[in-house]
Amino acid sequence: MQKVQDRDPVVLTTKETSAELLRELVAHLRQNRAQLREEWARLITEAKLLTVMTREEIFAEATSVYDNYVEALETGTLEALQAYSRNLSERIIPRGVQTDEVLGIVLLLRDVLARSLFARSRTDFDKLNRILDAYEPAANRIATTVAVGFVQERERTIREQQEAIRELSTPVLQVRERLLILPIIGVIDPQRARQLTEQLLRGIRTNRARVVVIDITGVAAMDSNVANHLVLTVEASRLLGATVIVTGLSPEIAQTLVNIGVDLTKMNTVGDLQGGIEEAERLLGYKVVPVEKAES
Amino acid sequence: MEVPILKQGSYLIGSVQSALTDADLRQLRDVLVAKVGRFRSLGVIVDVTAMDVMDSFAARTLSDIAQMVRLRGAQMVIVGIQPEVAFSMVQLGLTLEGVATALDLEEGLSLLDMTTKNRGRNDLARLR
Repeated sequence: MQKVQDRDPVVLTTKETSAELLRELVAHLRQNRAQLREEWARLITEAKLLTVMTREEIFAEATSVYDNYVEALETGTLEALQAYSRNLSERIIPRGVQTDEVLGIVLLLRDVLARSLFARSRTDFDKLNRILDAYEPAANRIATTVAVGFVQERERTIREQQEAIRELSTPVLQVRERLLILPIIGVIDPQRARQLTEQLLRGIRTNRARVVVIDITGVAAMDSNVANHLVLTVEASRLLGATVIVTGLSPEIAQTLVNIGVDLTKMNTVGDLQGGIEEAERLLGYKVVPVEKAES
Repeated sequence: MEVPILKQGSYLIGSVQSALTDADLRQLRDVLVAKVGRFRSLGVIVDVTAMDVMDSFAARTLSDIAQMVRLRGAQMVIVGIQPEVAFSMVQLGLTLEGVATALDLEEGLSLLDMTTKNRGRNDLARLR
């Protein structure tokens, strides 16, 4: 008990002085707002950060970052800054701003402010020390918050996009009685390949398909795993009684497949989707003729 | 469990009802190969809808049966392989090379009708 009472006043005084110093600091930063802000914006441009944004935009953002920064120093709470950095990230991520740029501008601001503190208290070294003691941890915390906010926002965007891709992934469409098409677009990873096969085999079952056209015009590249998986899919479909026609192999994919030696003898390939559907119709015994010809 | 074999016109239909032991499979093979001759069948259908696994012995026996039946003058179609079974089969490399397959019994029958329709005897056999 005795000890605690002894210590408490000391802690309180340091806290008070530290808070006092911060208050003083904040007052100083408010006073020199215009000048420091301009200095910062100039440094950002000089360092070639945020190159996708115009001068005016940089200045506008710099102003609000500055105000939020000072406010976070004053109140010591980071919620408002967190919300702002999330909001900022949401706006600038689609424009291709990189993590190093965001971290760079926040660190620049930290340095600009620190310089101005140096300049202000250069005669009183002891006081400068104490001011920096108060300022540095707070400033570093702010820099971390902004950077983490940006990275989290970016990860969230990536996650959302991955989910969207997965959902869009693999439509199995019936174009005629007993004829399915499966257009594949984008990158095929092992998980997607598995999902694709499952959906196709189920689709063959439910639509009682006899011919399936798999169109891979939209697939840019293919490795041996995916190619082998495709061959397995073709064979599994045959076991269900459906013939598979693969269409739209790009020159690159054709070369890769031959180079890596995938056995394609069992795969029925046609140049493009139109050709594939025509071939499928032939297999199913359909014949498409112009109306006039059919009537005459 | 023994596989019942039904005669339907000029076709024989072996309808698998449950999981088969190796002995059952051998028995199915012997009976089918014998009956193809006895009934002068043109086609054989083996319906495996009820099988939820197909091991290498089963796959090999089925493709053996197909070859034997062909040597005895008939076509064989395997029907009703489940999607999951189909995929695990090809992953094990059991692709039933050279054996006709179809989605279900109905498809199998129409496939046989197509492949055997030039053989004359078919229509007569159906009338009988």
